[in-house]
Amino acid sequence: MPIEVDGKILETDEEGYLANINDWVPGVAEVMAKEDDLELTDEHWDIINFLREYYEEYQIAPAVRVLTKAVGKKLGKEKGNSKYLYGLFPYGPAKQACRYAGLPKPTGCV
Amino acid sequence: MSEVVKKFLYLNRKAPYGTIYAWESLEVVLIGAAFDQEVRLMFIDDGVYQLVKGQDTSEIGMKNFSPTYRTLGDYEVKRIYVDKDSLAVRGLTKEDLVEIPWEDWETEEEIENIVEVVDAARIAELMDESDVIFSF
Repeated sequence: MPIEVDGKILETDEEGYLANINDWVPGVAEVMAKEDDLELTDEHWDIINFLREYYEEYQIAPAVRVLTKAVGKKLGKEKGNSKYLYGLFPYGPAKQACRYAGLPKPTGCV
Repeated sequence: MSEVVKKFLYLNRKAPYGTIYAWESLEVVLIGAAFDQEVRLMFIDDGVYQLVKGQDTSEIGMKNFSPTYRTLGDYEVKRIYVDKDSLAVRGLTKEDLVEIPWEDWETEEEIENIVEVVDAARIAELMDESDVIFSF
C-alpha cells in the first residue's frame, strides 16, 4: 500500500517496506509510526539512524540478533538488549525499525 | 535446539555477478547463521573475485553486495578460507581482498581479519573435516 509523505506518494511492498530506499525522508518514519500508533522519540531515532548507517556501510538490513549486538557496541550495553529494543519497537526491532528507516526487510528474519 | 554443533562449509566457486550463485550463497549464510552451527566459507576458482575490494557495479545495473561480506563476522562466521592457487592464477594477492573482522561480544576476544589464504592440501583437509558442504 503506497504511503503519502510530504505530499508525495511512495510505493511500498506488500509488507509495508519502502519499494525504493532512495525515496526515504524522515517523514517516512513519522508517517509509518503514526499508522502504528507510535510516537517517535529520540531513542527511536537513534535506532533508525543507526540502521541507516549500518545499511550504508554494509548494504544489508541486519537480523535482529546482529542489530542487538551492534547497537550494544555502538550505543552502549544498556541499549543492546532485546528488552530495550522491543520496548521501543513492539513489532520487532529489526523489522519495524528497518521499515521506518526505509530499508528492506532484514535478511535472516522470517 | 540440538547441542551438536556441526561444521558447515559454504564453498563459493563463481564470480560475483553474471549468475545469482554468489548472492544466493551469501544470503543462505546470513540466514543460516541463526542456527548456531560452526560456519566457514571457502572461496576457490572465480569465487575469489567475490572478496575483491573496491567493486563497482554501477555500469552493470546490479547491486554491489561486496560490502556485505564485511558483516559476516557479526553473523558469527568465524573462518573464511581463500584458495592460494586460485588467487595466484588470477594475479591477485591477499591485499586485493576485503578484510573481515570478528569479535566475540561477550569475551571481547577479537580477530582482526578472519580471511585466510590456504593451500590445496589445507583446502582438502577442511573439506574433509566438514559435516556439511554447500557448493555454490
